[in-house]
Amino acid sequence: MSAVPAIEVRGLRRVFRVRQGLFAPPRHVVAVDDVSFAVPAGSVLGVVGESGCGKSTLARMILGLLPPSAGEVLVDGQRLADMDRRARARLIQPVFQDPFSSLNPRRRVRDIVAMPLVAQGSISSADIARRVEEALARVGLSAEQGTRFPSQLSGGQRQRVAIARALVLRPRIVVCDEPTSALDVSVQAQILNLLAELRRELGLTYLFISHNLAVVEHVASEVAVMYLGRIVETNESEALFAEPRHPYTRALLASVLTPEPGLGVPDVGLGDTMPDPANVPAGCRFHPRCPLAFERCPVEVPRTTPNGTGFVECHLAEPA
Amino acid sequence: MSLLEVRNLRVTFGGTAAVRGISLKVEKGETHCLVGESGCGKSVTSLAIMGLLARGGRRDAERLAFAGTDIQNHSEREMSRLRGDRMAMIFQEPMTSLNPAYTVGSQMTEVLRRHRGTPRAQAVDRAAELLGRVGITAPGLRLGQYPHQLSGGLRQRVMIAMALMCDPELLIADEPTTALDVTVQAQILRLLAGIQKELGLGILLITHDLGVVARIADRVSVMYAGEVVESASAENLFADPQHPYTRGLLSCIPVPGKVKRDEPLGSIPGVVPRIPPGYVGCAFRDRCPHAHAECDGAIPRRAAGPDHEVLCTLPAGWFGRQAA
Ligand SMILES: Nc1ncnc2c1ncn2[C@@H]1O[C@H](COP(=O)(O)OP(=O)(O)OP(=O)(O)O)[C@@H](O)[C@H]1O
Ligand SMILES: Nc1ncnc2c1ncn2[C@@H]1O[C@H](COP(=O)(O)OP(=O)(O)O)[C@@H](O)[C@H]1O
Ligand code: SF4
Ligand code: SF4
Ligand SMILES: [Mg+2]
Ligand SMILES: [Mg+2]
Repeated sequence: MSAVPAIEVRGLRRVFRVRQGLFAPPRHVVAVDDVSFAVPAGSVLGVVGESGCGKSTLARMILGLLPPSAGEVLVDGQRLADMDRRARARLIQPVFQDPFSSLNPRRRVRDIVAMPLVAQGSISSADIARRVEEALARVGLSAEQGTRFPSQLSGGQRQRVAIARALVLRPRIVVCDEPTSALDVSVQAQILNLLAELRRELGLTYLFISHNLAVVEHVASEVAVMYLGRIVETNESEALFAEPRHPYTRALLASVLTPEPGLGVPDVGLGDTMPDPANVPAGCRFHPRCPLAFERCPVEVPRTTPNGTGFVECHLAEPA
Repeated sequence: MSLLEVRNLRVTFGGTAAVRGISLKVEKGETHCLVGESGCGKSVTSLAIMGLLARGGRRDAERLAFAGTDIQNHSEREMSRLRGDRMAMIFQEPMTSLNPAYTVGSQMTEVLRRHRGTPRAQAVDRAAELLGRVGITAPGLRLGQYPHQLSGGLRQRVMIAMALMCDPELLIADEPTTALDVTVQAQILRLLAGIQKELGLGILLITHDLGVVARIADRVSVMYAGEVVESASAENLFADPQHPYTRGLLSCIPVPGKVKRDEPLGSIPGVVPRIPPGYVGCAFRDRCPHAHAECDGAIPRRAAGPDHEVLCTLPAGWFGRQAA
């Protein structure tokens, strides 16, 4: 394994100012709160967590699409902030959730896939045509499908277009933000198989965001669990699924409904309080929902305790 | 007598046959899951049962009976008297049935006042009681709030509480947890299961998620392109799936600990076709690994065991029982 991580983030933070009314004071939403981690080259880091916990905000900062409020992102050892857009595009590319809104409806598929090449400004049109055709073939689309508009394709085919567009510059790293969440399971399986095959053949590194833990378990070699803007537990995938340490990770795992009849619906024990990123609880941010919370939890912020290849942030995991 | 009996229901929208001859029953105290991928006709089926089809939708059935009475010729007035009272519905997107302009409390009490003429104070008590029952910790506070002030999970709980206001005998829930986080989904489903046990109502639960089906269904009907292709008890469906589509779907689902990382998942090639009225043959045949000449003709509905039916030309028991 190469010593330089494919992605490294240090103290990454993003705050949004949200105005609720003309006279209401602005609220500060801390979408990502002082997050640090590294993704080894060639691995797949799965990021899981509830809606609104900051997964997409994290992804957009790593892609350079959103400036951080604090901290920095290193991609392949280089500071993202120092890189020009074209160099960045050759290194890291996105695949987003919604294959309907992330593709320009007025352009043909082959022109959509060609965009990153055109934006480089230095590639001949013959080369562009050849590489577009190559990328389409890689993801299982025909040249004829390349002449269509996105509206003439199914959801799964559109996601293939998005993947072809992400790969056409031969990047090292792909950030997938809920790439299969809008798809039916039969199509999800096709896309997951394709992503796995491409990773093996091209030696890619993935940051793979999903709210579906079973999907993450299937694709990820490491997993980071996010809660209200922070990574509260991360570990090598097998260890995290076998021995979850954080009570929130345990609740997430408990709520996976596998297709096994007779097991009933589990009690995840979280109550009905929902997290509000504009109003992060003091102490451990999970304490209002935590079934194991005790006196220290509402007052003391848990330390980052090393665990396996990663860490966990819970008082119960701290050494005595 | 079944609580709900649907026999050979068909719905067309102009050139689309959305539902092509569905039959199913929901018994009192039973959860019947209707499962299938998007566009297979799940929502249209539930709307057709409730008499809420969009304009341009044409419904036709041999029988559509609620508690023994065929409701096909009910007037709109008779239907609206049934809806929200003896048969209630929960939609996937709670905002489609919650009015943003009224508080949770006034919407919940309105149901009871309209159907039962219950006095306001009594209706408020009932609303607060039900909000507590669906796991809402501060019912008083929530009653005074507007729908947009609630999280998705709270809204869905409110929807369930509202659907229960008049003690319905039948609850139709169309993907009630699809838009929710997994933790909230588990809480809501547990709640539904608990309430059902307590009140003994019949539930028709519509979902695309076989994980949900496995955990909550008594009976399952698997839909594909407007038809029920396999129907069985939940236990038999998962232990002994006999339709190639059901088997394909099951193989697509990643199950922690079952398929190794980087080993390909099973998958069904191609996409769901659009079916014109008058279509003949198996709608799955372009995607089916077992398709043969017979599949272009009329497809028999075969018994695959007690209370287990499969719409397929393959002989009964073609696929052996799954090793446990
Ligand atoms: N441009 C923005 N302006 C204001 N607030 C924002 C903005 N983008 C995100 N947020 C807020 O930041 C928080 C994190 O949002 P983010 O989209 O990263 O969540 P997520 O984990 O990707 O959720 P989901 O699973 O729903 O995609 C949320 O509270 C969100 O409302
Ligand atoms: N109002 C409508 N007008 C025309 N076609 C419709 C309408 N509603 C649904 N359909 C069509 O009927 C089929 C089944 O849709 P639906 O029941 O919503 O699927 P599901 O709920 O299983 O995802 C689809 O082909 C859909 O496009
Ligand atoms: S620190 Fe306390 S509240 Fe936080 S997760 Fe651990 S036990 Fe729960
Ligand atoms: S009828 Fe034929 S094509 Fe259809 S599912 Fe059965 S074997 Fe496959
Ligand atoms: Mg997101
Ligand atoms: Mg639907």
